[in-house]
Amino acid sequence: MDTIDWASIFEWSSLLKCFVVGGLICVVGQILIDKTKLTPARILVIFVTLGAILGGLGIYQYLVDFAGSGATVPLTGFGYNLAKGAIEEVKNIGLVGAFTGGVKAAAGGIAAAIFFGYLASLISKPKMKKQ
Amino acid sequence: MENPTETKKTYQDYVDKKSPNSPILKNCFNAFWVGGLICTLGQIILNICKDRGFDTQISGTIVSILLIGLSAFLTGLNIFNKIGKFAGAGSLIPITGFANSIVSPAMEYKSEGYVMGVGGKMFTVAGPVLVFGISTSILVGIIYLIFNTQSVTLV
Repeated sequence: MDTIDWASIFEWSSLLKCFVVGGLICVVGQILIDKTKLTPARILVIFVTLGAILGGLGIYQYLVDFAGSGATVPLTGFGYNLAKGAIEEVKNIGLVGAFTGGVKAAAGGIAAAIFFGYLASLISKPKMKKQ
Repeated sequence: MENPTETKKTYQDYVDKKSPNSPILKNCFNAFWVGGLICTLGQIILNICKDRGFDTQISGTIVSILLIGLSAFLTGLNIFNKIGKFAGAGSLIPITGFANSIVSPAMEYKSEGYVMGVGGKMFTVAGPVLVFGISTSILVGIIYLIFNTQSVTLV
């Protein structure tokens, strides 16, 4: 195995930008939870849709360039990924790309969520009702 | 007899005094650093993948898969819920929350069977997320096709 370049992996300025931007996106979500009556499910939907719209407008790209995973790991990044994939495929193959591109770009995440989600549910211990 | 509106006001003051001091600040702080930390973990995985010679697209996918897998199993072991109670949106908004939203209802309805119980209820929250996310991306693609340039759409 080759040696890993730890200096470039733990480059502090990129990690700091990522930490701050990722944290701030979560704070927006927390304010929505505390100040509105939106259920978590709706907030997730809002974040993904917003990410897809901002991704489609090309605005979210700036945030991704700036913060890396700080912008792509939150669910807005999932929406951005869908929108970006759709645009890329439209460039390549036209109208059909609008339907195939988004899911194609996010396929890894979606498939992993379904697969690991099912697996984890199977191995989970039956939860005691405490509330 | 006391004025009823005044009693109401006194009660409100009492409630305000007794309820914890602006928990929203504390919640936001916890959400900030836990969410930031999860993103930073993603960035570290991303950097390692890039160092190993994967391109950005594939590295991003690997980050998603690892974070989703991790949080799915932490949810299955009932650990993620504790983090979630503490961090609120800090663990909900990152992609970890997506995995959590799949496993939580699936665990809950396990008694209803492995097909309709686990397999069906997995998508209670993730379903809407996928519906709106994918639909928006299709619209974005079509709109892009119509204008064929991103300069028309604001940027």
